[in-house]
Amino acid sequence: MKTSFDAIIIGGGILGVSTAYELAKAGMKNICVIERRYLASGSTGRCGGGFRQQWSTEANTRLAIRSVRRLEHIEEELGYKTEFFQGGYLILSHSAEETAQFEKNVAMQRRLGLDVKIVDRADAKKINPYLDVDRIECATWCPTDGHISPFLLTQAYANAARRLGAEIHLWTNVTGLMKKSNVFFVMTDKGITYETPILFNCAGSFSRTIGQMLNVEIPVDPYRHEILVTEPVEKLWNPMIIDFGIGLYARQEHSGGVVMGMGDPNEPVGTFVGSSMHFMFEMSRRFTLLFPKLAGLRIVRQWAGLYEMTADAQPVLGPVDEVENFYQANGFSGHGLMLAPAVSELLAEQVTTGKTSLPIDDLHVRRFRGKREFHREKSVV
Amino acid sequence: MKIVCRCQDITEEEVIAAIRQGATTIDEIKRLVRAGMGPCQGRTCRRLVSQIISRELKKPAGEIYPPTFRPPNRPVPFKLIMNEYAEQLEAEKKAAEKAAEKAAKIAAKKTAPKGGKKA
Repeated sequence: MKTSFDAIIIGGGILGVSTAYELAKAGMKNICVIERRYLASGSTGRCGGGFRQQWSTEANTRLAIRSVRRLEHIEEELGYKTEFFQGGYLILSHSAEETAQFEKNVAMQRRLGLDVKIVDRADAKKINPYLDVDRIECATWCPTDGHISPFLLTQAYANAARRLGAEIHLWTNVTGLMKKSNVFFVMTDKGITYETPILFNCAGSFSRTIGQMLNVEIPVDPYRHEILVTEPVEKLWNPMIIDFGIGLYARQEHSGGVVMGMGDPNEPVGTFVGSSMHFMFEMSRRFTLLFPKLAGLRIVRQWAGLYEMTADAQPVLGPVDEVENFYQANGFSGHGLMLAPAVSELLAEQVTTGKTSLPIDDLHVRRFRGKREFHREKSVV
Repeated sequence: MKIVCRCQDITEEEVIAAIRQGATTIDEIKRLVRAGMGPCQGRTCRRLVSQIISRELKKPAGEIYPPTFRPPNRPVPFKLIMNEYAEQLEAEKKAAEKAAEKAAKIAAKKTAPKGGKKA
């Protein structure tokens, strides 16, 4: 078995496998992904599956626009069906304050070339006939946003990366890391020690632990976010609905089930992903508040995943100052799937050519060192 | 063609195709072909899928990584949960009222003798 590689990626979520694919595409042949369990077994496989370009910060919007452009052709590029669907995103506003923020966001997004607009109640009703529009003030609408199956996208990337020669080692837990004369030694619970000159930390919720193994502080904390799915029903609506005021997102899957989740500000830091009755109650209350006609829909399953949050809700990307050739792609704060296609490409550019076609210096981990005030991304559920 | 998952119309061939792509657990197969994602949440297909994996990978069925079991036990409509929530809130409210009454009584008992002496 080969244990020496040109690059090793820790984490087999969407970021791990997409980075592996992009590196292989950029010409690196000897790549290995190490995954603790199976592909998309962490945050990726538990997420809502949406992709959007409507953000409050310019950096995120730029990344997201590029990501969606990429996703539009991903099925042909990777040769795999991914349930990619551009049904749009409808983001609801409840107050004058929120509307003012949305107007600012839309102006910024339009400047960056995004087709997005503010719609009134009547138009929102047309977009989603089940919505109780009397509750909202207005909404922002972007038709090129949408959703995708996180499992199939991960598998698509993984298959493509394997075809280009990358290896994916599943059920292998990294237990220790060491760097000696420009070589990283990756110790695993299988008893195998891997060697590589370039190491990627795509471990999502466990990025802090991986960083600690090399004495690098990665300020990423996991928070549980719960989510549920209803029985499959006939087509209700196309877009993903987001509401920051009430705090929920809901979309109808390709197969007909409605997937919805919410944020809970009282959630403690931790990697626990069990289910709670509180979520079931609270989610039902919020959902029936917005969609009173759908109170008869049946819930078939609830589950939970981890948001890997940073202080400003933006990812940690690129190299670190402390250890050379130790690259980060983590802390996506619940938006890894939608940013991965662009981020992995930029990361591969950074590693193979030394520069990136979009600036990612603002997302360097050094922004957290010693500073306590950040320009926080506001559009987060 | 043998149907394995009745909720999502998944055939044995599709499950085998997923195993060929590298799936070794019931959860992975669920994620790739949706077997077990329907209203019954794998009550029927869980064992069948497990059997197919054990046959294809030549591994004893006991060694196959089990799936996670999640609530609810069977499909529940939102309004039923809302009713339950309302009942629970009502019960909590009543309990709080009772506790407040009890506390008031104790407070009254404590202050009563003092008041009596003064009078």
